[in-house]
Amino acid sequence: MDIIVCVKHVPETAEVDIKVDDTGKRIEEKGLIFGINEWDEYAVEEAILIKEKLGGTVTVITVGPEEADNTLRICLAKGADNAIRITDPKLKGSDGFVIAKILSSVIKDLPFDLILTGAQASDDGYAIVGPALAELLGIPHVTLVKKIELENGIAKVVRELEGGLGEIVEVKLPAVLTIQTGINNPRYVSLIKVRRVMKKEIKVLSLADIGLSEDEVGESGSWIRIEKMYTPPAEKQAEFIEGSPEEIATKLIEIIKSKGLL
Amino acid sequence: MREILVLAEHRRGELRDITFEMLTKGKELAEKTRSTLTVVILGKDITKFVEKLTKYAEKVLVVEDEKLEHFNSDAYQKVLSYIINERKPLLILIGHTSYGYDLAPSLAVSLKLPLATDCIDVDIEGDNVIVERQMYNGKVNVKATLQKAESYIITIREGNFSIEELNLNGEVIKIHSPLTEDITEKRFVDYVLPPPGGVDISAADIVVAVGRGIGDKNNIILAEELANILGGVLACSRPIVDNGWLPSDRQVGLSGKKVKPKLYIALGISGAFQHVVGMKNSDLIIAINKDPNAPIFKIADYGVVEDLFKIVPILIEKQKELKSGKM
Repeated sequence: MDIIVCVKHVPETAEVDIKVDDTGKRIEEKGLIFGINEWDEYAVEEAILIKEKLGGTVTVITVGPEEADNTLRICLAKGADNAIRITDPKLKGSDGFVIAKILSSVIKDLPFDLILTGAQASDDGYAIVGPALAELLGIPHVTLVKKIELENGIAKVVRELEGGLGEIVEVKLPAVLTIQTGINNPRYVSLIKVRRVMKKEIKVLSLADIGLSEDEVGESGSWIRIEKMYTPPAEKQAEFIEGSPEEIATKLIEIIKSKGLL
Repeated sequence: MREILVLAEHRRGELRDITFEMLTKGKELAEKTRSTLTVVILGKDITKFVEKLTKYAEKVLVVEDEKLEHFNSDAYQKVLSYIINERKPLLILIGHTSYGYDLAPSLAVSLKLPLATDCIDVDIEGDNVIVERQMYNGKVNVKATLQKAESYIITIREGNFSIEELNLNGEVIKIHSPLTEDITEKRFVDYVLPPPGGVDISAADIVVAVGRGIGDKNNIILAEELANILGGVLACSRPIVDNGWLPSDRQVGLSGKKVKPKLYIALGISGAFQHVVGMKNSDLIIAINKDPNAPIFKIADYGVVEDLFKIVPILIEKQKELKSGKM
């Protein structure tokens, strides 16, 4: 089984202070740590687990600058066989639809049985690339997948619904499945293993190589254009309790007690 | 007259709230743009929903077909493409839900219409469609415009707009299903229900919930001790279940349970909207988190910017003393 995994190199923002830069349209990236998008990490793991079970190849693809090679190398160290990166200065301002167009223009010429990608990315949160890519390639898709069984050219998957509910869906291969977090336990990879794949080739393609014109990408080819980015106004802000841990704990107990809860 | 077209969402015999959240917002947009507010419902045996929908929309489009018994994005895409091509609505509103994830992007690609997902606000000024959405774990908001087109597809965040009671007495229009062939590429098989038994965290008066900030599986016992001594239950946010540290019946949020306790203590929870939707209606919310910019502090009543491992052990001690009558 030949599997393609589409991944994104993103800044880690969970416990970091995020500032808007001088353009007012982007965040200040200086000082942020970048790595693989959390959802994509689960997708890569799932692809490698399938390869370990059924054989075949895993190819990872990303759209991004040279730094994104770090993410691709970690995927190679984990067990991916090939890596492709598409990059071009004209891609600035591209949304999920443009990324799907770029990926489809590369993937259409590759052999594959299955395409996996994260259900969404932690930076823009569009959740567009997977299903849009499937539509461009003319193949079916299932989003938010939490379990995959492959048999006789069919993927039987469980997808996550709301409120603890799931649904079993059968889809014909080749298909795009977008992966929800928690589907597996992504493996860690040591620096030694990453160093071992440093010399492995990463195929780098430009806009000209993939046959897309300038106006199909960037802001002009996107569905949406960011006009303004800002820190969300706080409609409400918690009353902060300060002091030594001892004082804080005492105050908290008092508050809970005053509400008649203890 | 242009239309604001809302896709009704239903599952297992119930209309989901997102339908009415979108219709409430849709009414405002319809008034502003002098458009008709239309809702479309797809399914089998859906007569019982139609009456309720007539109150919330001026037109109710009904497509009944055996092939639409369960949600299938391929089937929905075919039917909606037909309706959108016929009616050319100004806006198409779809929930940013598990159904919307599956449906909206491929629908937009096939119709060559622009799509903005997970929107928390929508506005139309002149011929500009402006949306507001969040990025980077809800740490920044953006205002964005959509590429000019005949129609626009917008998916709306769940639990974001409140529901207003309406009484529009809408006209019911039955549409013959355009599905001529079976959908063969993708097939609904069955629902997977949460495992029976387990703890019902939604019944508790006091909930102590842990998030990523708990750091390690072995630290959860600390939060559990606090929950026990306060007479509450232990719950968690999504990453804890993803890591396999607690079972899914403990998860609070969109994909877990909605809770409304008298006291909710959030330990090391950043407050992603998916979590907040499940607990924001708690009577009293106390959050402890190292990150002063964590979104959880925007909905908490009291906040502590501190390492939870410094505070929680003292809280446990103090409550022990209180219980034994020393305080």
